[in-house]
Amino acid sequence: MTPMEATAAVRKTALNAIHRRMGAKMVDFNGWDMPVEYPAAIGCGIINEHMAVRTGVGIFDVSHMGDIRLAGPQALAAVQHISMNDAARLAVGQAQYSALLYPQATFVDDVIVHRLGEDEYLLVINAGTREKDFDWVRDNTRQFDCSVENLSDDFTQIAIQGPKGVDVLQKLTDANLGAVKFYWVTRGSVCGLKNILIARTGYTAEDGFEIYIPSDETIGARVWNEILSAGREFGIVPCGLGARNTLRLEGKLPLYGHEISDTINVWEAGLDRFCKMEKAEFIGRATLEKAKAEGVKRTLVGLEMTERGIARDSYKVLDVAGREIGYVTSGSPSPFLKKNIALAYVPPEFVPVGTAVKVEIRGQGVGAQVVPAPFYKRPKKSS
Amino acid sequence: MGYPSDRKYTKQHEWIQASGTTATVGITDHAQEELGDIVFVELPKLGAEVTAGKTFGSVESVKAVSDLYAPASGTVTEVNADLATSPENVNKDPHGSWMMKITLKNPGELDGLLSSADYDKFVTEEGGH
Repeated sequence: MTPMEATAAVRKTALNAIHRRMGAKMVDFNGWDMPVEYPAAIGCGIINEHMAVRTGVGIFDVSHMGDIRLAGPQALAAVQHISMNDAARLAVGQAQYSALLYPQATFVDDVIVHRLGEDEYLLVINAGTREKDFDWVRDNTRQFDCSVENLSDDFTQIAIQGPKGVDVLQKLTDANLGAVKFYWVTRGSVCGLKNILIARTGYTAEDGFEIYIPSDETIGARVWNEILSAGREFGIVPCGLGARNTLRLEGKLPLYGHEISDTINVWEAGLDRFCKMEKAEFIGRATLEKAKAEGVKRTLVGLEMTERGIARDSYKVLDVAGREIGYVTSGSPSPFLKKNIALAYVPPEFVPVGTAVKVEIRGQGVGAQVVPAPFYKRPKKSS
Repeated sequence: MGYPSDRKYTKQHEWIQASGTTATVGITDHAQEELGDIVFVELPKLGAEVTAGKTFGSVESVKAVSDLYAPASGTVTEVNADLATSPENVNKDPHGSWMMKITLKNPGELDGLLSSADYDKFVTEEGGH
């Protein structure tokens, strides 16, 4: 035995036993024991899981995500102060993508802000930043008349994603899902559980829902299995973090610690449209104004490999002469596009689509070019 | 899947099947299962010298890159060109989808490798889950 510091206990969601029973390959993700993919023997594996979500439906355990509830007369003012999008535009039942910024305009985290009631907001945050986010929100909203609660351990959060997700979930709920638009929420019974929060949100660049049920192993297992049964006719598969990553990458959805972090600002990340400079003061705004005037030194772009090779996270990006110009934030084969894609930070002169660059792969510069991102956009429905 | 007894195995999960001074090298069923969907295999050039225990190429799944280690030293005489276009064959048939053929420098090196039974025991203990 090697003497070691006591390691922090690995955290488990209420569905952990189910994942193991299904034979999932488990990994430590930010201190959470999570499924990365399910076995090929049951029709899974990252590629199959990814394709199921693009063309049918898949379910994910995303209970490791955190949840912060702000409620009270000044809840809106508090949310406005700590987030960059304009929460005043949210109707009750509506949600928006936003971010919490440091005064230096870099990211504490990105969040989905849900307006659940007149004076009630739910912030859904990342697993790896749960404690940091909660402390940040609590410490920076003390001047407002509202409560701040960490509900992260209260929910089992299950994502039902893909074009057939609506059909699967509709079999299990009395809520009229057809009336719930993308980035809106409703409440209804799900698998017999009353008053469940149902959000038409996700992290797959596909249509889908996320449901928030009580965090309980027995309840979680029952709902998980009922969704799988209800989805059988649509070819549903359980999906792990591997497919979640490739799906979000195709959609250019940022991942904390990769495309966004405490050293990257909003303009660099290209999240301008979620940052409302015209609203009143918010943390980070002053620095963002200055940064805008100065111009960015690097920008997030999409890359596609033009030569054989796969760009991976943190690989160097080179110009065609071999000079280092930036780095890959996320890179992977794209299961849907069947190309090797990446997101990377490069200086502004390399941003135009078609610009030839190289990615350093095991000491070799391998050809790539700047392409439009998102790499994938889901087809718009006419209905 | 059982591990064929007509070859030897490494603790890095390669197999090597020798016939005289010629040997064929691939990765095991356990390796392909651990890797997941294989999308890219990088193999050495013909005539390259490979050294026992040193990398001779790499294999990439959707989520990760892994080095390939030569089970024995020798000179590369052939690589499986099919894997350039159908790397998923390694997932489907790991013990049939070989990666390279080499002329062994010292066939005696194989004596130090694991038998199929020992390898099976090794992955069972290593896997543990």
